[in-house]
Amino acid sequence: MSMPSGPAAMPENLLEISDLAVSYRSRSGVVRAVDGVDLTVRAGEIVAVVGESGSGKSTTAHAVIGLLPGSGQIDAGRIRFGGRDLAGVSERELRLVRGAQIGLIPQDPTVSLNPVQRIGDQVAEVLRVHGLADRRSAPLDAVDLLEQAGLPDPAVRARQYPHELSGGMRQRVLIAVAIAAKPKLIIADEPTSALDVTVQRLILDHIQSLTEAHDTAVLLVTHDLGIAADRAQRIVVMSRGRVVEAGPARQILDQPSHPYTRQLLRSAPSLAVARPTAPPRPAPGRAAADRPLVTVENLAKEFPLPRVAGAAARSVRAVHDVSFSINRGETFALVGESGSGKSTTARLVLRLVEPDAGRIVFDGKEITRARGEELRRLRRRAQLIYQNPYASLDPRFSIGEVITEPLRVFRVGDRASRRARARELVERVALPASVLDRRPAELSGGQRQRVAIARALALSPDLVVCDEPVSALDVSVQAQVLELLAELQAATGVAYLFISHDLAVVRQIAHRVAVMQAGRIVEIGATGELFDRPNHAYTRDLLAAIPGGRYA
Amino acid sequence: MRRYLAGRLGQAVAVLWAAYTVSFLVLDLLPGDPVSAMAAGGLDQAAIEPAQIEALRREYGFDQPILVQYLNYLGRAVRGDFGNSVATGRPVTSTLADALPYTLQLTAAALVLAVVLGGAVALYATYTAHRWLRQLLMSLPSLGVSLPTFWIGLMLVQLLSFRLRLLPAFGNEGAASLILPAVTLAVPTGAMLAQLLAKSLLTTLDEPYVQTARAKGAGRTRVHLRHALRNAALPAFTMAGILVGNLMAGSVVVETVFSRNGVGRETVSAVTVQDIPVVQGVIVFGASTFVLANLAVDLIYPLLDPRIVVAAAQQRSTG
Repeated sequence: MSMPSGPAAMPENLLEISDLAVSYRSRSGVVRAVDGVDLTVRAGEIVAVVGESGSGKSTTAHAVIGLLPGSGQIDAGRIRFGGRDLAGVSERELRLVRGAQIGLIPQDPTVSLNPVQRIGDQVAEVLRVHGLADRRSAPLDAVDLLEQAGLPDPAVRARQYPHELSGGMRQRVLIAVAIAAKPKLIIADEPTSALDVTVQRLILDHIQSLTEAHDTAVLLVTHDLGIAADRAQRIVVMSRGRVVEAGPARQILDQPSHPYTRQLLRSAPSLAVARPTAPPRPAPGRAAADRPLVTVENLAKEFPLPRVAGAAARSVRAVHDVSFSINRGETFALVGESGSGKSTTARLVLRLVEPDAGRIVFDGKEITRARGEELRRLRRRAQLIYQNPYASLDPRFSIGEVITEPLRVFRVGDRASRRARARELVERVALPASVLDRRPAELSGGQRQRVAIARALALSPDLVVCDEPVSALDVSVQAQVLELLAELQAATGVAYLFISHDLAVVRQIAHRVAVMQAGRIVEIGATGELFDRPNHAYTRDLLAAIPGGRYA
Repeated sequence: MRRYLAGRLGQAVAVLWAAYTVSFLVLDLLPGDPVSAMAAGGLDQAAIEPAQIEALRREYGFDQPILVQYLNYLGRAVRGDFGNSVATGRPVTSTLADALPYTLQLTAAALVLAVVLGGAVALYATYTAHRWLRQLLMSLPSLGVSLPTFWIGLMLVQLLSFRLRLLPAFGNEGAASLILPAVTLAVPTGAMLAQLLAKSLLTTLDEPYVQTARAKGAGRTRVHLRHALRNAALPAFTMAGILVGNLMAGSVVVETVFSRNGVGRETVSAVTVQDIPVVQGVIVFGASTFVLANLAVDLIYPLLDPRIVVAAAQQRSTG
């Protein structure tokens, strides 16, 4: 979407939040989540609220329809909508606004639909609740709405249950729910952060065209400045419960006045791609002349599918005829959408999954069928960093124990030398030595991922497989962790097999990239070349789907 | 589906066989046998000639090796013949069949009470906006679970029968005599159900799909019943088999406390006089009820939760 085509008269404010304060009550006291926030949305306009987790952006959005989680409550301020102050009205009055005048598109479509109710009934419920359809017409209207939301075979889908639909399809169902009563405002709370990039773009396109058609305003909550840049006419930047900057999208992006906005802009990977300012990296280097560290040839893996009554046993080809090599000190990235087989490929390389066919050579030795001691040696030289730093550290271990566990398992050194190594590693990942005695729960997500990196490096491995290592982190933290990975590579010469669905992140860190689709590698090449001159249609699709592209 | 059913029935038979065998061995380990119990004058207070004892032992097969005894009894049990009661001489099956209607009345009434009361407490505790009421209601289930059944029974009898003279204290004549025992039996079961359902409801109410429902503008009652309860009831429903087992066990105490006829009371008297055939019959009966209840739960579950069909198919293809 381009700039708003300058309406003659300034449209009236549809939503006007002034001096809003929201707090959560917890055992340790009252926490102010939103403090003195002002925000306006005009009719038919898209306003993006941008900020990192904990900035209060979701809280602000939920306060509008009185759906604050748990102990949240509005302490002060006004929320003017349709001539009323929603902060002051009763639950009964709010109920008439919810769904009918303000729709909500929630964050994670996979958990936002009632699992035991049919799709059609869930869409029809909005109409029934607000008396917009009767028992007979509601199911038909629901099918219509599903079609408008871009769901193929809407009549069939309406009779299905949520678990039978993909994430993208479920988000379309939720869009149908949100638009059902033709509301004047739709609150979209990170509507695509749980979806693949290509699906992301389709969904956002759809939200945009539907709301344009009905002149619906959208309050778009997102952590991704790239999405905000593509979609919004105005951007509101929030940090620690306050609005730090607000204004027309162009102005915020071109002349950010607040240092926090500038930092967000710098670290937003999608925008970094849009502007060719990826930091210079060491070239693949001399190592390329030596034999590669890992060579994979014609790797294949099938998984059996759940059997359907009456049908013959089927299986899905997760990985099909995949070949590539990784040089020492190189970052090789596998990109693709969920289900493309990239994680399975990495697990095959680590020998965590048995290949059906193909060869894996690690440092000149074939390890395709390695067992026992040989496999143990591989485990020592190839480590793994997981996606979710909240789940991958044992909550009962101290950080020191977490980091030294690989050393203990492989009986490296004694107690004192392990302790010294842990101190060294913690320093290397830029954490204070004091964290060694703390527990994972006391650390932030970024700090935990640093701990996971330190653990992976404890045995000085040759290869570290990074499975979406930053996708659970905030953008500014993402940038720091990526920098850290690059620094560590320069210092130790470790090679990374980097798995990500996020092309923007891959562009920042990888030397070479392989694009996977449906279990095959469709394109492989040096990062710069692949991004500038993509050969395969699918690669071009993926690149076009990166948010922030329209802003460049 | 047919294969799934066959597998589940096979499991059920295995459980019954195991229950029979283990109980047979345990009962065999007990010192003495029913015939010596009779000889000691435990049954009709009259001494018995030693020769008569030997004849009785032979008649019941107690003189044979344990394995032969086991196979004999098992063979007959499979055909539905659990032998005769040592105490009364009547067939075990007809002894139990006579007692069964009373116990069925009692447990069915208790089950209905438990589901209605337990469900109501859980629903209202999670629904009410008053903090004090919520806390009061939430504390009821743990109280109910921790009170011993016999104590509840005695207290109810004290208050309603002896003081207020509203209901009969014992016996099994008429519907009025059913009320106190059924309430007594329902309290721990209902409390357990309420505990489980309340916890499940609280978790469910925090689910994102409940927020979606509220964002549609649905009222609290609608959200609570249509969205939260439908989902929260599923884990509670899996407990139904265990609840039925609980009621069976509870009926032993309740029938004794209120001097009602029934399987529970038969069990107590059979155990006291070491009437092994009857005890064995009761054990197999109890195990069958338990197995059938769980089988019913498993078969009904897919009708309530559309996701479960797929999971069952997956289990079969991997297992």
